Amino acid sequence: MEAFTTHTGRAVPLRRTNVDTDQIIPAHWLKKVTRNGFEDGLFEAWRKDPSFVLNAPERQGATVLVAGPDFGTGSSREHAVWALQNYGFKAVVSSRFADIFRGNSLKNGLLTVVLPQETVERLWALTEADPAAEITVDLVAREVRAEGITAPFELDDNLRWRLLEGLDDISLTLANEADIAAFEARRPSWKPSTAKV
Amino acid sequence: MGRTLAEKVWDDHVVRRAEGEPDLLFIDLHLIHEVTSPQAFDGLRMNGRRVRRTDLTIATEDHNTPTLDIDKPIADPVSRTQLETLRKNCAEFGVRLHPLGDVEQGVVHVVGPQLGLTQPGTTVVCGDSHTSTHGAFGALAFGIGTSQVEHVLATQTLPMAPFKTMAITVEGELPEGVTAKDLILAVIARIGTGGGQGYVIEYRGSAIEKLSMEARMTICNMSIEAGARAGMIAPDQTTFDYLRGRAHAPEGEDWDAAVAYWKTLKTDEDAVFDREVVIDAATLAPFVTWGTNPGQGAPLSASVPDPASFADAGDRLAAEKALEYMGLTAGQPLREVAVDTVFVGSCTNGRIEDLRAAASVVQGRKVADGVRMLVVPGSVRVALQAVEEGLDKVFTAAGAEWRHAGCSMCLGMNPDQLAPGERSASTSNRNFEGRQGKGGRTHLVSPQVAAATAVVGRLASPADLSDAPALTEV
Repeated sequence: MEAFTTHTGRAVPLRRTNVDTDQIIPAHWLKKVTRNGFEDGLFEAWRKDPSFVLNAPERQGATVLVAGPDFGTGSSREHAVWALQNYGFKAVVSSRFADIFRGNSLKNGLLTVVLPQETVERLWALTEADPAAEITVDLVAREVRAEGITAPFELDDNLRWRLLEGLDDISLTLANEADIAAFEARRPSWKPSTAKV
Repeated sequence: MGRTLAEKVWDDHVVRRAEGEPDLLFIDLHLIHEVTSPQAFDGLRMNGRRVRRTDLTIATEDHNTPTLDIDKPIADPVSRTQLETLRKNCAEFGVRLHPLGDVEQGVVHVVGPQLGLTQPGTTVVCGDSHTSTHGAFGALAFGIGTSQVEHVLATQTLPMAPFKTMAITVEGELPEGVTAKDLILAVIARIGTGGGQGYVIEYRGSAIEKLSMEARMTICNMSIEAGARAGMIAPDQTTFDYLRGRAHAPEGEDWDAAVAYWKTLKTDEDAVFDREVVIDAATLAPFVTWGTNPGQGAPLSASVPDPASFADAGDRLAAEKALEYMGLTAGQPLREVAVDTVFVGSCTNGRIEDLRAAASVVQGRKVADGVRMLVVPGSVRVALQAVEEGLDKVFTAAGAEWRHAGCSMCLGMNPDQLAPGERSASTSNRNFEGRQGKGGRTHLVSPQVAAATAVVGRLASPADLSDAPALTEV
């Protein structure tokens, strides 16, 4: 995973609640067997509308998505995270994320930041008024900064460490392989097995 | 202090607990399908890793499979490649696979329980959010992303952040004609699509205890639609009776040992939930969605709500956008909404009891002119059972299409899709914009409401048919 320390970039204010993963990346894109090439599928249906915020010339190259509550609801498709990253987003800000989407984002180094809805509203107001306004998402300081706004955010120490270092979860777990083997040795024999019967 | 059911199952799977780290949980069962696994297998290959426990892993093909002409090569080359990729990966890594055409193929969340692999007190994961279905057995079951699929393949464990617990207690009797689907749709409308975020929900109370295993699966299945990764129901005699004799259920002394353990899987009386919601079953009615998220629902007898009636600005805006997308107007009675398509199937409502319920409504009746009704069994086994009971003939005699097992129109990855502007009554789980096809409009309903809607041509419940004499069978 790519490490995340701090990022500064322009924003896309997305005034929508319940942005589900079917909107982020529609199902027909899920036939692909790679982790890349999803950028054109990002918000595919909404992007057909020329007035959709992502289509605005002044939003091109923006890297921080500021969305309404319940972002990423629905399916477990990690393709939603890949689509956001493939498109160029480095961070997403919302007052509430769906659990699976959030987990997926942090496994890929897409920083999802939870801020109070009131702060999200201020970020919307700022970046709508001034599309050139930059937002800094600082994982070291656990802080989001923009003109006139300094907002601390919470992120579990362990998750933060893994993101800052860009660590591979599987290697971390395999370092404790002996614990797994010990657990396996004491599992009851009647637990289900997929071996053919 | 006592522990909840979810906490007991969690505690029994902790491989490693260390200060400042998430608990490392052992995974008892890993279900695989073609859509969320290819990149995970690639990761294993890149790092020279193997599948640690092929005996706890099983794959099937469901999301991207056709429901017609399954004996012919798949027309779409991209879909074909995805299925071939799963077959190659399973062969290379030694994972048991039930491909299209196999008697055990079907929607992954129908297959696990019917094989008896889903058992009380187990941890179950799958790269699919509706893995919550398996919680109906008192399993801690949740959907994971592809990175986690790779993690489980390589280690048979997952580091998991702690969750909060929520009790949804449903007491009393469900009124006649009110199903598990109506109940869960009402729950989601009440707590919202984010209401369960961060929680594992335990459904309990006398109304839940009376439900069959299949109805319990319908409820747990849609926990994710309320934002909860997992939903659970304590195992009881209904659970044990369902499991006994299934292919992978324990036998003999193992069965006795398992049941003795399963009986301990109840929330202790002095356990405390982080949140409690109480619902009076008697107040429930057939429930349908009118909007573009599963929380935007109302009783069938109601009208499309006025967005202005929502206190929260976000909800108001969401309702406005939803009505625009759905082509509905505030105040329009839901019973007047005409549909083009009716879909019966999915991991929510594609099991035999669902097909029986839908068949009993269309029996001796005809699907309304201009309405297409698709019946897609959740698995080949469900289809075979339905054929044995003659349900396929009931559906086809009514003018419905009887299809092969798979996810089908629930998510519209295969050719079963709505055309732009088309409207469906669907027994599936998501009414998101474009979910069932670009520009398609979805109303989530129970199998009974789906079937009655097919007959009337507008959203309807079987009770609406009582005046109309059933047509004699042709």
